[in-house]
Amino acid sequence: MKSLAELQAIKEKMQGKVALREGSGDKRVVVGMATCGIAAGARPVLNAFVEQVNAAGLTASVTVTQTGCIGICQFEPVVEVFEAGKEKVTYVKMTADKVARIVEEHLKGGKPVAEYTIGYTEL
Amino acid sequence: MKDLSLNLLDIAENSVKAGATLTQLLLTQEGDILTFQVVDDGCGMTEEILRGVTDPFYTTRTTRKVGMGLPLLRMAAEQTGGTMEVESRHRDAHPDNHGTVVTAVFHTDHIDCPPVGDLVATVTTLIQGHPDADFYFRHTTDTVQVELDTRDLRAVLGDVSLAEYEVLQWITGFLQDQYNPQET
Ligand SMILES: Nc1ncnc2c1ncn2[C@@H]1O[C@H](COP(=O)(O)OP(=O)(O)OP(=O)(O)O)[C@@H](O)[C@H]1O
Ligand SMILES: [Mg+2]
Repeated sequence: MKSLAELQAIKEKMQGKVALREGSGDKRVVVGMATCGIAAGARPVLNAFVEQVNAAGLTASVTVTQTGCIGICQFEPVVEVFEAGKEKVTYVKMTADKVARIVEEHLKGGKPVAEYTIGYTEL
Repeated sequence: MKDLSLNLLDIAENSVKAGATLTQLLLTQEGDILTFQVVDDGCGMTEEILRGVTDPFYTTRTTRKVGMGLPLLRMAAEQTGGTMEVESRHRDAHPDNHGTVVTAVFHTDHIDCPPVGDLVATVTTLIQGHPDADFYFRHTTDTVQVELDTRDLRAVLGDVSLAEYEVLQWITGFLQDQYNPQET
């Protein structure tokens, strides 16, 4: 059984790291989690980002957050990636399977996955 | 919605949006009846909004754009022969005890009853997205009672965020252990 003592140990470990990550979050992954997004499958997409950003060791430079309706319900699940000094990248009709390439090529490699973006989808 | 855990996530998002400091997610299974309840201390709804979300005919008489979340929950409950109700006290009229209670009743033996789905993912998703809000989750069935109170975790964590990956992992394990007590 998971215990609060284990949580206490996590706290102590994390406290040491806090100083390290201040000010270094330079990419922001935002997942639309309004009713339209949730119904279309946003929850597993969000969780795949949380999981894989951590597995790729990117938690210091990438934050994964949630937002309400992005306003293009027919393209849900929608994920936006923000980076200072760059244009926003909008990924549409996302699935958990598409997350691996975005983490590898875009969040790690710096090159957006063009065929998952809105410009490439039939309007 | 594919399953009830997604409705639960969606309805709880309304509570967070309403500025709730504590949102309670209460699921109680008794025989073939599942009671699904979200209780929050957010701003509450004005009479007008409350009428809009509970009266199915109200929306046809106005041009105001109405959301999907509560109507979807109502539909899901009613198609099992169940019910959905919203009680709300708005901050202006009830400055000291405002908030909203959404209660849906499902007949789980009905063929159209959606599966419960992944409640653990719903709880961790809410916490990941809103680490500064508090959530109390309780799922009671004939065989288990699963509980989580973020206020207890916050007391241990101090200024370490509930959205830290390791903390979310711990929460997942903590809930799963309660669902499968024999395995540990
Ligand atoms: N817990 C709550 N506290 C206060 N107001 C609420 C609450 N839940 C719903 N409301 C009000 O009722 C309205 C309708 O809610 P509903 O979930 O149906 O749609 P929505 O949240 O506006 O949009 P969406 O389709 O994304 O869910 C909300 O816009 C809000 O004004
Ligand atoms: Mg809603």
